[in-house]
Amino acid sequence: MNVRLLIAVVAALLLFARAARADTLADVRARGVLRWAGDIQGGEPYVYEDEKQPGKLVGFEVEIADALAKRLGVRAKFVQADWSNLVPSLERADFDVIMNGLEATAERRERILLSRPYFVYRETLAVPRGSTAQSLDDVRGKRIATLNQTFAWHLLRARGFEPVLYEGVQEPYSDLARGRVDGVLLENVIADRYGCGLPEIRCVEDEIARGTYVIGIRKNDGALKIAIDEALDAMKKSGELRAILERWKLWAPEQNDLDAIADLAAAPAPRAIDRAQVVLFLQGALVTLGLTCAAFAIAMPFGILLAIARLYGGAVGRVASATYVEILRGTPVLLQLYILYYGLAPFVRLGPMTAAIVGLGLNYAAYEAEVHRGALLAVPRGQSEAAAALGLTRVQTLRHVLLPQSLRHALPAVTNDFVALLKDSSLVSVITVVELTKRMTIASVELRGWLVPGLLCAALYFALSFPLARLSRRLEKRLHGDQAPRLA
Amino acid sequence: MIKLRGLRKRFGAQDVLRGIDADVAAGQIVSIVGPSGCGKSTLLRCLNVLETFDEGSAEIAGVTLAPGASGVPLQSLRASVGMVFQEFHLFPHMTVLENVTLAPRVVLGQSEAAAAKHALALLEQVGLADRGAARPAQLSGGQKQRVAIARALALPLQVLLLDEPTSALDPEMREDVREVLRKIAARSKLTIVLVTHEMRLATELASELWVMDAGKIVERGAPKEILASPKSDVAKDFFARRGD
Repeated sequence: MNVRLLIAVVAALLLFARAARADTLADVRARGVLRWAGDIQGGEPYVYEDEKQPGKLVGFEVEIADALAKRLGVRAKFVQADWSNLVPSLERADFDVIMNGLEATAERRERILLSRPYFVYRETLAVPRGSTAQSLDDVRGKRIATLNQTFAWHLLRARGFEPVLYEGVQEPYSDLARGRVDGVLLENVIADRYGCGLPEIRCVEDEIARGTYVIGIRKNDGALKIAIDEALDAMKKSGELRAILERWKLWAPEQNDLDAIADLAAAPAPRAIDRAQVVLFLQGALVTLGLTCAAFAIAMPFGILLAIARLYGGAVGRVASATYVEILRGTPVLLQLYILYYGLAPFVRLGPMTAAIVGLGLNYAAYEAEVHRGALLAVPRGQSEAAAALGLTRVQTLRHVLLPQSLRHALPAVTNDFVALLKDSSLVSVITVVELTKRMTIASVELRGWLVPGLLCAALYFALSFPLARLSRRLEKRLHGDQAPRLA
Repeated sequence: MIKLRGLRKRFGAQDVLRGIDADVAAGQIVSIVGPSGCGKSTLLRCLNVLETFDEGSAEIAGVTLAPGASGVPLQSLRASVGMVFQEFHLFPHMTVLENVTLAPRVVLGQSEAAAAKHALALLEQVGLADRGAARPAQLSGGQKQRVAIARALALPLQVLLLDEPTSALDPEMREDVREVLRKIAARSKLTIVLVTHEMRLATELASELWVMDAGKIVERGAPKEILASPKSDVAKDFFARRGD
């Protein structure tokens, strides 16, 4: 009986959910609100926070959304979403539409509905000022930067490039100016704001490709698409759209061709996971493992040194070590990676992999310092007295008596931290390192789904961490025996 | 071999040693007895600079110690002044043999082979020649203490300090340790200072007995004489208890 009831409830909920999804336009009207999504990390001029009024959103898309909503008889409400996940989030009905520099591609048109275009952009190649390159062919084999999942990324891959992927719009150009990459391919909207004005950079005048921005709508929301298309048409005819674009200095003659531009062909992407994909995943896993081992090779000895300085380094050592630990542990590792890679770039130009290893290593050293400090404190005082009474120096006492014992105490916590680092290493994708998690997000676009790449990624992480846990357990047994204190 | 003059030490507000004057001749064996907290262990620990004293002076194995003990060649002092602790303090991550060879290898720079050869002879002497490969955790308390004695003797000692060497042991194991100490006393020319609660150990080996109370030596003399006619209350108490 209960089971039947449960089935009935679930069925009703599913029906309701489908019904709710079936007519978003009616929902929007009933709500009086059109929820549109974008990522403010995309920055100027799309949708971003007003410098003068933090918290207030401005941008040409904000104005288009407001005008559009007005024509639908509702109010526009912005929903922040991660740019890479806009389409899956739309499908999950986290909001009603996407409007955030979403390019019209054949690939997207298969998955969701696309409105008529509201903007024409040009892919713009930025190169160092000294370069003579005029086209993509002239930079073949070089390191070309772009953003993940953009049309520029597809374009580069289709032309045989292995693009360097960034998360923000400013960093590719600052890295180009510093020589970390050899070129940047992005829309003129971005290039004009962030790149072409820099003294170290020249933007190639020849057009690489042209495309349009459209509004993304859920597959079964035909009524909403029609309403939005009509509203956009009306905005074009009345000159409202042109006025907005002119206000944002985005108007150019090509905007008259809005409807004449065809969808950009999607880069050929594998539909199912194939051998090449698996090889890429394995490479990603190898990067993750190498990165983790190298970072831990810094963290462990440095952490031990910090612990020794804290306990035996006198006042100076104690304060220096404690300060280091508190600062590195008290601030996000992501921030530390940004500072190391971008912030210090004017002084020290570290490569992405070096910065990743050093950044994670220095951060984890703070955690290891505390682990080893605790472990050293757990060695009975009599041990160091006995060593001293035998005439051992402080260094000899540490090396032969205290550390061999404290390392055993530390082993479970150290293993724990190693496994944690294995997973934290995914953070380094912000400084363009393509490791296992980044590989998964890239593959999820090509495979048009998270499930398979997600499971593969999880399986690989597990395959890396589990044997390690086993190894550590065996080591522990060999060192300790199983001497748990007996609870009587 | 040992010369103490006006030794004073405070722990915070508490006077632990209140003027110790004493001498120990080379090859002499001295026992120190007294109630808990009388300062006997602290005095012993001042002799190899595990503690420093606040006033007075000390001379041991040719090294002069001043208050604070700064500038003392600690390593060479400790290589000639060995110590055995109540709780053994063997190194649990090493085998018995490694415990005994550590200091000769690391402090004296002996080769592994030479250190092992000497260590085996010492283990033989304490009756544990066959336990070299064992870990401390596999030994009984008496065996552990005998290893600790061998470990101390592995250095070229002039003075051996024993801090309650049998107090942590069951009565039946104490005899093993006493037996080893008897042998050492008979064969070597070591100067030994022994702190103990155990009457038998205190009187059997020593040529002189110091009775301490509240940071001072209140009575001293030949053990048999003090045993026969103790003058201080502390000594009377100690021998009345018949602690064995």
